[in-house]
Amino acid sequence: MRLPAGGRIDRNAPLTFSVDGVTHTGYRGDTLASAMLAHGVLAGPSIHFGRPRGIVAAGVEEPNALVQVGPEPMLPATTVELTDGLDARTLAGRGRLVAPNDGYYDKTHAHCDVLVVGGGRAGLAAAVEAGRSGARVVLADEQPELGGSLLSAPDTWEWLDTVVAELASFPETRVLTRATVFGYYDHNYLSIAQRRPGGGRLWHVRAGRVVLATGAHERPLVFAGNDRPGVMLAGAVRTYLNRYAVRPGQRAVVCTTNDSAYATALDLLESGAEVLVADVRPEPPALAGVVASAGGSVRSGTVVAGTDGTPRVASVLLRGPDGRTETVHCDLVAVSGGWNPVVHLHSQAGGTLRYDESLAAFVPDASRQACVSVGSANGELDPVHALWTVPAEDGAWDTHFVDPQRDATVADVLRATGAGMRSAEHVKRYTTIGTAHDQGKTGGVATLGVLAEALGAGTPGPTTFRPPYTPVPFALLAGRDRGALHDPARVTPIHSWHVARGAQFENVGQWRRPWYYPLPGETMTEAVLRECRAAREGVGVQDASTLGKIELVGPDAGEFLNRMYTNAFAKLPVGTARYGMMCTADGMVFDDGVVLRLARDRYLATTTTGNAAAVLDHFEEWLQTEWPDLRVYCTSVTEQWATIAVVGPLSGRVVGALGAELPPSFMSFVDTTVRGVPARIARISFSGELAYEVNVAGWHGLAVWEAVMAAGEEFGITPYGTETMHVLRAEKGYPIVGQDTDGTVTPLDLGMDWIVSKRKSFVGRRSLRRPDTARPDRKQLVGLLPVDPDALLPEGAQLVAPGTPLDPPVPMIGHVTSSYRSAALGRTFALALLRSGRDRLGQVVHAPLSDRTIEATVTEPVFYDPEGTRRDG
Amino acid sequence: MLLIPCPWCGPRDEVEFSYGGAADVAYPPDPDALSDAEWGEYVFVRDNPRGPFAERWVHTAGCRRWFRAVRDTATHEFLEAP
Repeated sequence: MRLPAGGRIDRNAPLTFSVDGVTHTGYRGDTLASAMLAHGVLAGPSIHFGRPRGIVAAGVEEPNALVQVGPEPMLPATTVELTDGLDARTLAGRGRLVAPNDGYYDKTHAHCDVLVVGGGRAGLAAAVEAGRSGARVVLADEQPELGGSLLSAPDTWEWLDTVVAELASFPETRVLTRATVFGYYDHNYLSIAQRRPGGGRLWHVRAGRVVLATGAHERPLVFAGNDRPGVMLAGAVRTYLNRYAVRPGQRAVVCTTNDSAYATALDLLESGAEVLVADVRPEPPALAGVVASAGGSVRSGTVVAGTDGTPRVASVLLRGPDGRTETVHCDLVAVSGGWNPVVHLHSQAGGTLRYDESLAAFVPDASRQACVSVGSANGELDPVHALWTVPAEDGAWDTHFVDPQRDATVADVLRATGAGMRSAEHVKRYTTIGTAHDQGKTGGVATLGVLAEALGAGTPGPTTFRPPYTPVPFALLAGRDRGALHDPARVTPIHSWHVARGAQFENVGQWRRPWYYPLPGETMTEAVLRECRAAREGVGVQDASTLGKIELVGPDAGEFLNRMYTNAFAKLPVGTARYGMMCTADGMVFDDGVVLRLARDRYLATTTTGNAAAVLDHFEEWLQTEWPDLRVYCTSVTEQWATIAVVGPLSGRVVGALGAELPPSFMSFVDTTVRGVPARIARISFSGELAYEVNVAGWHGLAVWEAVMAAGEEFGITPYGTETMHVLRAEKGYPIVGQDTDGTVTPLDLGMDWIVSKRKSFVGRRSLRRPDTARPDRKQLVGLLPVDPDALLPEGAQLVAPGTPLDPPVPMIGHVTSSYRSAALGRTFALALLRSGRDRLGQVVHAPLSDRTIEATVTEPVFYDPEGTRRDG
Repeated sequence: MLLIPCPWCGPRDEVEFSYGGAADVAYPPDPDALSDAEWGEYVFVRDNPRGPFAERWVHTAGCRRWFRAVRDTATHEFLEAP
């Protein structure tokens, strides 16, 4: 019931809310849990057994009262601030994530000299001390207002107001409320989840020093029927009384192992409740007299051995020091099994823990990082009489709950030890104890105590804590990195034209590249066949601006390229270009591309689109770490250039019509102008056809592209995308690094012995004569022609020898790497990596699929114009 | 998230760096003079100690310089200025 006066709620701000469709009222300053308690509303039933459950705690450690609020599942009602119109549903242990969560979530980064975690007594003292020194301080507290446990102690509120006001006067101190420090990572890097209206903010903080003032969680007692609604933590009862002016019961039994619960007993008495204290300690403490004089009674050496009542507790069974039992009627059982310092962050930070006998709890031992635990978090707590279990009168253990969220009892722990488990980690996995939403905040140490008792081990073993301290919404971690902002999209200067032309796009790394350009009503297959035909028979054009481009400048650039590429570049004449291949030190193909020699001391290397950054990194690594004596600078110029590939027998007429000078021969280039724009035009072909690559400064890209389209109109110039590019190059047997290779393929496996220099050293060369690399039965690049010319092999299809039984394990001899329909061949074809492939030329291999088997003949990988006659037009 | 001491830019977040594995493994001056076993050792085999470890880092999203650092692999503490 709600008390007529007191608390920190705003009685002038009544709020209406509903739980499971039933409307109630509360006040600003309430949590959902305090407002539910004021109306006697229970939590949802337990997850497996459907047992009635009530609110147990007043903070994040709440094991029962989970609710769903809007899209957010599994919120402890004790952490939900009451708002007008709040609509909550109680949950039986499990919630449902409602997607999408359209809240506004963002991130921020902060640095500070001192991060204080927890705004209770110890944290406030630390923050004020640090703030007075002028240090840059961040104080983070998970509650809506500072104070921690002081908010449950009205006699401290005056001091609290003074301290909060002083903190606000420090210009370099930032106070974060509703902010849970949930992760403590290396080098004092901490993550904070801050709840904000309609969303939240994720803080990343790098702190000089960290003060952990995270307080302590009270733990329950483990007796029969300890999960009955009305059984609550004693400290939580005090919080509800003093902070929210809610009295959870009229006739209370307080069962405790320590002095802290006497404050609850006294506050209950003052609120007008009847109180009986059952103190498990044999001798009464000094406080017993205070309770007696306030009208309560105290029984020493007495425990609660059982409860009764449906659904709420109506009586308890007390067992005195002589073993005699007595039934006492009550509607509230306030328990205190002692306090666990909240050592989660200390442990996450790599700190070690020590078992403190007097507290029967783990306390921080050594810190690994620049942090210190203070106050309750450091074990500054009342000593307790360790009591892990209270046997029932009938000897049963199946209602002694240690983890109510998992409906796990002492009987489950005994089943685990009976099955031979000894380690707490094994028992956790066997029983699921500690794996629920609360991660065992109230039940964890109790479970370890029960385990130690069951094993006769004396003291419980330690445990390890990992982030997050409390659950964090995925939406908060994602922040604004969703949808279009998830990954940056790179587009070429010509992108708007492709979009207007109706191109379909594919992602290549972060690049958005035109895939194909369907005409109205055209399928992808039809579009690609049309584009291929245009490039082979007339003229096609592709935006090749995404190719990686690296300028290498310096007197040793040629020598450096000689060492990086399998073939030689030092003697490449100025004004010409050469195709090159690169390996990593293990001899595997790393990248390929064409290198132009711009001047004596200047080269331009092109890379595959997806590998541009990796190639630059590779160059820099070798230059800086192995050959710092070489005078070479590498600069990425990928985005400085727009590249337009004009391809096909009529390409020369199109480029000629632009008024540009043309390069004299295959693999040469000229610096010229196109419609007044400085341009570099190269005779480079990735299709086998006559082709010109027109390179202009990026900002001229769109204008020159449009000029090319205009000049090509009379020749039927056809824009084509990456799919057509793939088909054209595959018809010529040109491998694509990363598609036809996968980091296990050497240049020799590709049949490209001609590109491997015998006369100079290069990175990876020594590996090519390792026994494994020189094996004759390696997978080699071959062509495949399906026996049925209309059958299209799926890329990735596994290949087997004919007659291989298809009972697993099926011995496989290779796989399809590229597969297309060819306009030029009038049939399908494929590239494959095939074991001893070159020895199998002319043989038939099988690709068994789920519904059929495709037979294919092994061929040379060059299907079109093997003599190379077409590249000169 | 480690705080890594770049010798040029000062301490920076780990996300700005790439890892280069063990330091002090020089490219052999004449690979052809090595036996298969020796070459395989150079290409594939590295120490993986628990404790101090000399390693290479590159400040990829910063100055792009490679440097050497000694880190305790158990505690992530950087033990000496590069």
